[in-house]
Amino acid sequence: MNPLPLVAVAGNPNAGKSALFNALTGARQKVGNYPGVTVERKSGRLTLADGRPVEMVDLPGSYSLDPASPDEAVTRDVLLGRQKGERHPDALVVVLDASNLDNHLRFALQLIELGLPTMVALNMVDLAQRDGLELDSKRLSAELGVPVIETVAVRRRGIQELQTALDDMLSAPFCGVHEHVKSDLIHLQRRAREIATAAVVRETPVRRWTHRLDSVLLHPVAGPVILALIMFVMFQAVFAWSQTPVSWIEDAVAWLSVQATAALPEGLLRSMVVDGAITGVGAVITFLPQILILFFFILLLEGTGYMVRAAFLMDRLMHGVGLSGRAFIPLLSSFACAVPGIMATRTIDDPKDRLTTILVAPLMTCSARLPVYTLIIAAFIPNTRVVWGVGLQGFVMFGLYICGIAGALVAALVLRRGVLKGTGNGFMMELPKYQWPPLKDLVIGIVTRAQIFLKRAGTIILGTTILLWALSSVPQAGPGQKQSDVSIAGKIGAGIEVLVKPIGFNRDISMALLPAMAAREVAVSSIATVYSIDSPDENAGAQRLEQRLQHRWSLATALAFLAWFVFAPQCISTIAVTRRETNGWKWPLFMVSYLFVLAYCAAGLTYWTAMALGL
Amino acid sequence: MNAAVQPQTISLDQLKLGTRARVASIDWNGLDEGEACRLQHFGFDEGVAVEPLHLGPFGRDPIAIRVGRMTVAIRRKHASAIRVVPLSR
Repeated sequence: MNPLPLVAVAGNPNAGKSALFNALTGARQKVGNYPGVTVERKSGRLTLADGRPVEMVDLPGSYSLDPASPDEAVTRDVLLGRQKGERHPDALVVVLDASNLDNHLRFALQLIELGLPTMVALNMVDLAQRDGLELDSKRLSAELGVPVIETVAVRRRGIQELQTALDDMLSAPFCGVHEHVKSDLIHLQRRAREIATAAVVRETPVRRWTHRLDSVLLHPVAGPVILALIMFVMFQAVFAWSQTPVSWIEDAVAWLSVQATAALPEGLLRSMVVDGAITGVGAVITFLPQILILFFFILLLEGTGYMVRAAFLMDRLMHGVGLSGRAFIPLLSSFACAVPGIMATRTIDDPKDRLTTILVAPLMTCSARLPVYTLIIAAFIPNTRVVWGVGLQGFVMFGLYICGIAGALVAALVLRRGVLKGTGNGFMMELPKYQWPPLKDLVIGIVTRAQIFLKRAGTIILGTTILLWALSSVPQAGPGQKQSDVSIAGKIGAGIEVLVKPIGFNRDISMALLPAMAAREVAVSSIATVYSIDSPDENAGAQRLEQRLQHRWSLATALAFLAWFVFAPQCISTIAVTRRETNGWKWPLFMVSYLFVLAYCAAGLTYWTAMALGL
Repeated sequence: MNAAVQPQTISLDQLKLGTRARVASIDWNGLDEGEACRLQHFGFDEGVAVEPLHLGPFGRDPIAIRVGRMTVAIRRKHASAIRVVPLSR
C-alpha cells in the first residue's frame, strides 16, 4: 500500500501554526506520540481539489534546526528524515508571522535550504496591518524562491489559495533532497533581516495594542494584582456558574435511578445497576460543568497570550524555589489535570528544572479533586457570605488551592536543595502578541476535554464502581448485620483503617481510598456506592450524598479528608505519565512515596488541630 | 588626535526602560551553550536594535526586551552579558 503524501507544517512558536493546521485539516485530527520520545504527534487529513487525500503533520514549533529542547529535536529529525516512526515529508508548509519576519525568516531560510518542495504561509497579515506594517508577498516570494501565500488562519483567509498551491506543488515532479547544509545561524539571521527589510513596503509607526496592554498587565504592582484577581475569578466562577447545570444533572441521575428501580426486579441486578452504576457514575458526571468551566479559562488564557505573561510575572518567585517561569505554564495547566501539565514540561530545557516541575505538578489542585472538594465543602462548610460576592465555600476552595501551591513551592525548594541540586538554565521566552482566540478553537478544546472526561467516567470509573459494588455486596449480610461489616470491601477497609485511624479517617473513607487510586473523583462515587448499599431502604440518589455525609462524619474528619486530597498522589494516570516522561520507575516511585507521606502528615495535623479546637 | 572614538557601551540590564539601544557586543563565553543558542534564536546579534519594555515585579527580574519586532523575556543575569550603545532620541 502506498502511504499518503505527507506534508509537514513547520514554523516558529507563536507563528499561528496550529491555527493554520486546524484550518487546513478541520476537526479530523489524530493526536499521538512519536515512538521512544515524549513529543506529541498531531496529524490530520486534507483532500486536494482532485480528491487525492494528503496527510498533514503539525511539527512542534521551533526557532531553528539546532534544537534547544526535545520538541525541537523531533522537528529537526522529521525534516531530515531521521525520526523513527515518521516517513520523510514530501512537502513543507512554513508558517511565518507577518509582523515578525526578521526573526521567523531565519528558520524559514534554514527550512528552504533543505530542498524539499516548500511553500510559505505568510500568516497573521491582519495583525501586521494593525501594527502599521505593509508587506510585499511577491517580493518575498522572489527573494525566497518559493511560493508565498498570505493567510489569516484564524479567519480562514487564504486557506483555499494555500490548498491550491499545495495541489500544484504535489503534482509537480520532484527530484531528490539536498543534503542538509548547516549554514551559520548568525549569517542566516542577517540574511533574514535583509529580506524582511526588502519585503516591507511601508511601515507606519502606531501605538501597538500589545505594548499598551502589557504596560498594565505587566505593571510591577497592577500586574500581580490582576493575575491574582484572574485566578480568583476563575475559581469563583467554577463554583457559581456550575450550580444550575449541576442541579440539572443531579435531577437527571435521580430520575434515572427511580426509573431503573421501577423497571428492574428486586435483587442483585437492580442493586448493581442502581446502587453501583447509576449512583457511582452519576456522582462523578455531576462535576462535568466545573471541569469544563476550568478548562474554558485555561484555554482562554493560553489562547490570548496571557499565560506567558503570567510566567513572566511569576518567574522571580519560581526562581526563588529553584524553578523557572517556564514551569508556571505546566503547573498552571496542572490545575486542570496533572497529566497534560506533566507533558507540557517538555518545553523546559533544563533536565533538573523539568524533573522538579514534574515531581511537584501533582500538588497543583487538578480538576479531579474538585468532585471531592465540592462534595465535602457543600456538606460541611456553610454557604454564608464573607464579603459581598465572596462566599465562604468559595473561600475555603481558594484556600485549598493555596495549600497545594504552597506545598508545591516548598517541595520544589527542598528538592532543589537535595536530590535535584544544581542551577537552572534560566528563563527565556517570547512574549507573543495578544489576540482573541477563535471561538471555534475554544469549543474544539472544551469538547475534547468533555469527551476525555466522559470516556473516563464510562470506562475506568464505571468499572471501578461496579467492582467496588461487587466487593461491597459480597457476601450478603444476614439479618441484623450491617452490609459494610461483612463484605470483602469492608474487610479491606478495616485493614487500611488501622493505618489511617490516627488521622481521623473512618472505614467508609478507607474503603474509598483504594479505588480512588484509579482516579481521585472515584472517591466520591465509592462513598456514594458504599452508602447506598448500606441503606437499601433509602431511595438511591433521592437523598443527596451531602446529607448522608453530615450524619456520619465529624467536621474534623471532613477537614482531614480535604487535607489528604490536597497532597495524596491518587491517580494512576499521573503515575503512568511520570514513568513515561522520566523513562523509568525511579522517579514515579519517589513521587508517590513523598506525596503519601505529605498527605498523611497534612491530614493528621488538620485532624489533631481540629480536635484540639473542639470542632 | 584620537583615532575612532569608542562609543560608550553599557550592559543591557542597566539600560533604562523605554531607551532604545543598539547591541555592540555579546559575551557568548559568559553564557552556557543552551542560553547562547536561545539568545541567537531570539535574534540577539551585534547591530540589532533593542529596547527594554517591562520589568518583572519581584526584584526587577526578568526583563521584557523588544529585539527587532519581537518581545522576549530574559533574566537580568543574561541581559548583563549583552553590551549596548544607547541611542539618543
